[in-house]
Amino acid sequence: MGILNIITYIPLAGAVLILLMSRNATRGIRMVATATAVIDFIVSLYLWQNFDRAGTGAKLFQFRETYEWIPSLGVKYDFGIDGIAMLLVLLTTFFGIIAVVSSYTAITFREKEYYTLLLMLQTGMIGTFCALDFFLFYVFWEIMLVPMYFIIGIWGGSRRLYAAIKFFLYTLAGSVLMLLSILALYFFNDGGIPFLNIKGLGNEATFSVLQFHEIGHLIPPTLQFWLFAGFFFGFAIKVPMFPFHTWLPDAHTEAPTAGSIILAAVLLKMGTYGFVRFALPILPSGTKEWLIPLVILSLIGIIYGALVTLVQKDMKKLIAYSSVSHLGFVMLGMFALNPMGIRGSVLQMINHGISTGALFLLVGIIYERRHSRLIADYGGLAKQMPMFAALFLIAALSSMGLPALNGFIGEFTILLGVANSQAYGTIAYAVIAAVGIVLGAAYLLWLYQRVFWGPLDNPANATLKDLNLREFGLVFALVILMVWIGIYPKPLFDVLEKPVDYVVRKVEPAYFDKQPMTYPSTPAPAEHDEVAAK
Amino acid sequence: MTWSDTIYLLPEIVISIGASLLLLAPVTIFRGRSRAAKWVTLAILAITAISVVVASQLVVDLDQTQTFAAMFALDKFAIFFKLLFIITIAMLVLLSEDYLRGTRYSEWEYYSLLAFALCGMMFMASGVHLVAIYIGLELMSLSSYILAGYFKNEQKSTEAAMKYFILGTVSSAILLYGISLIYGVTGSMNLLRIADAMSTLVTNDALMFGIMLLGAGLCFKIAAVPFHVWTPDVYEGAPTPITAFLSTASKAAAFAIFARIFYVGLHHFRLDWQYVLATIAALSMILGNLAAITQDSVKRMIAYSSIGHAGYVLLGIIAVSEIGLNGILVYSVVYLFATLGIWAVVLMLAKHEYAGEMVDDFDGLHRRAPLWAFAMVVFLLSLGGIPPTAGFIGKYFLFAAAVKSGFGWLAIVAVLMSAVSMFFYFRIVMAMYLRDGGEAEVVTTGGLKFVAAVCLVVTLLLGILPTPLVDEAARSGKWVATRAAALTNGR
Repeated sequence: MGILNIITYIPLAGAVLILLMSRNATRGIRMVATATAVIDFIVSLYLWQNFDRAGTGAKLFQFRETYEWIPSLGVKYDFGIDGIAMLLVLLTTFFGIIAVVSSYTAITFREKEYYTLLLMLQTGMIGTFCALDFFLFYVFWEIMLVPMYFIIGIWGGSRRLYAAIKFFLYTLAGSVLMLLSILALYFFNDGGIPFLNIKGLGNEATFSVLQFHEIGHLIPPTLQFWLFAGFFFGFAIKVPMFPFHTWLPDAHTEAPTAGSIILAAVLLKMGTYGFVRFALPILPSGTKEWLIPLVILSLIGIIYGALVTLVQKDMKKLIAYSSVSHLGFVMLGMFALNPMGIRGSVLQMINHGISTGALFLLVGIIYERRHSRLIADYGGLAKQMPMFAALFLIAALSSMGLPALNGFIGEFTILLGVANSQAYGTIAYAVIAAVGIVLGAAYLLWLYQRVFWGPLDNPANATLKDLNLREFGLVFALVILMVWIGIYPKPLFDVLEKPVDYVVRKVEPAYFDKQPMTYPSTPAPAEHDEVAAK
Repeated sequence: MTWSDTIYLLPEIVISIGASLLLLAPVTIFRGRSRAAKWVTLAILAITAISVVVASQLVVDLDQTQTFAAMFALDKFAIFFKLLFIITIAMLVLLSEDYLRGTRYSEWEYYSLLAFALCGMMFMASGVHLVAIYIGLELMSLSSYILAGYFKNEQKSTEAAMKYFILGTVSSAILLYGISLIYGVTGSMNLLRIADAMSTLVTNDALMFGIMLLGAGLCFKIAAVPFHVWTPDVYEGAPTPITAFLSTASKAAAFAIFARIFYVGLHHFRLDWQYVLATIAALSMILGNLAAITQDSVKRMIAYSSIGHAGYVLLGIIAVSEIGLNGILVYSVVYLFATLGIWAVVLMLAKHEYAGEMVDDFDGLHRRAPLWAFAMVVFLLSLGGIPPTAGFIGKYFLFAAAVKSGFGWLAIVAVLMSAVSMFFYFRIVMAMYLRDGGEAEVVTTGGLKFVAAVCLVVTLLLGILPTPLVDEAARSGKWVATRAAALTNGR
């Protein structure tokens, strides 16, 4: 059993351990859950240490483990990660700790079931990022749904039943359509679909993602179009892209704090990860056919998401809608189809996880004290809770993309990629997206102003306590990441360089033959230098 | 036919004798000892299972031989279904025990009728001749009409039996008329000879009409739209263990003959019936799943959902391919275990009353019976086709069959409707975990626990390690599938 399996199944082992414990031993249950999450994170650091950043070709996907699973269908149990997946695995294990520790006081009943589900969810998420077999990927992808459904449905807010089932059905509807695309790919690689006059390649039946990467460009364009449609529904609902985003505000608002954190930090990344790992490299011509609608939806997501965010009265809902806007950026960068755009896009996935995760954590902390998420109930908190206010400010600034914090690096790289994109051929998209950044600053600063500044006129707020050590530690860990990525993103870009080049080579091979339009003068420069030059 | 050919019939002979013994037992050796009924029945079923294995070992060339004037075949396809039926009936016996106890209805007769139904189903699985199939079907149907009305003093039960009987006999008549037309045109009732005769024919009205009537009769038996109207009422009114029988064993038997008749006998005209069946499948999936959403009675909900499941299985028949046939076999198994598990949990709540029949009765079940609530979640996920439960493997095959055979639109309907189905399955989950209250007492008995536990283990195990089932299904379906493939190439 290799390292990836160990990382994947440590949380499951912890969940089983908790199941065996007494319902009333809440302290013990918390301890076990925390220990599991911490051990999992520490073990996952092994990946960061031993990852070969220069690995290309057969070495691109590392820590491979392959076992036979259902031989007669060609289904293998195939694990392996490239740089993109590794960062997301690390993000997941890191947020595993945050989610567990932030639940100590937030979850006050049925703790045993709660931590069991949280850890099972963790296994599902890590498995999804590690799977290199489409069948296996789909299994993990669906496994995630059930724990999340229960987490929202049992420990959520007042409209939790509605939010939970909506989350479940939306995601399920998308993923079953994706399943059909996977099946069609499988048959194309194998014997074809004679009834529709689609000749297959006659290869050995397999669900191997890497094999599909190899045969992607052989798929006829019409078929690619429909396959992409299937993937699009599966992933776009998860991202979520406009107009499939309506489950998100409900799920985010109703979920308990840890649920919102996991949802924002990791689950939404499943969609974007799906695009960059599967849809783009396997279906180059499908991607291009869908490019314009996708870009338009991304831009609508950015602007519409930001505008809707502006008018929210509920803090959690506000942050939820801001995710729609941010994820629009991620998608826009990805479809620039050049290394810069995709690199920025992947980095922004991580950044969004950190910043939005931090914001949800902070809102959760204040909600625990005041049991209100309404902005109108607050005001002048900066006087009462200075530490909280300071950390909230950093998280908000990171989310809106202030230089020297992580959000800026991601957004800047994306805009650079979008402006230079051969696929787009215009800088108009970058300009529209930039408006989204301005709006982002507007809603976050306005939120900050209303909650933290002004007179402390609500007497209920006058007795609020500032952060305790546990809460401070949680947020501060995230702040360290924000600053680190903001000042020195090179380690992340190093990890991303080869995998992103690989994706671009699959989806837009022409990029490496042609020079980009004007600026930057050399292809694929190291972004951090430009950031520093700025 | 020689005397040695009776070996083919060994299992059916054993179960017929056993069923008759069950009728005689209470007036002879087991007079007044109704507790023995369950064990005697289980022993008979065990002997039947052994005889299936023995017969399959003694018959040399399983997949080639037909006997009794080419009426009966003991091929792997038949053996697969026979063993499945025996296991199902054994579990139904365990489910029924406590439900019957305390009522004044005899257990012996009840088990005897189940055994006769089993005999009919085993004939159906082996039938390669329309008359043999029809006789098996009637034996099963007549037994189940009586069983549906077994609580003869309960108005609901009697009403269900009456509806089931009248509609059932009409559909049998339609089926028989279809058979006679096909016989008139092709001159035979053996499926292979029908296939051979058809391969020289061009489309003609009498034949098409015959195929249509035959299909309609079969669609009634599997409860596909628009021949589904009896299902909710009958499922609701029948005693719960009989609802379990109707929704599992009886359906699986109908799937078996459906597959054999359409894959082998009517193969030549597949381009004509594929589209009709595709429409029926789409309607079944849409109507079954949408109508289930509004049901507050669990029995009616499962009834509508079983209409939807009939639609899914039709995907495998429409596909006319090896993968489609494997899908039917795999799906029969996973559907059976998940459904039986659900009925086991429902029966834990029931106990002579109608509790456990409403979704509300499940409120807060996770507090009163955490393990069985969890089991229920697994069964419902399996019916919805969510991995890592066995249901996903079953649906995988059927969806794959639809995609492979070019019925992409049907596959899209199927997957979307399976997403819809999660909505009403999760109503029960929601009641169990997300709501509190509910007074229905949980009475777990040995039999119910055993069935639920077996179903839980099988559903999870086949979901994670499906290889044994998948390979066994491929082996069992081979004869039917290769026969179909040979016919395809011949056209």
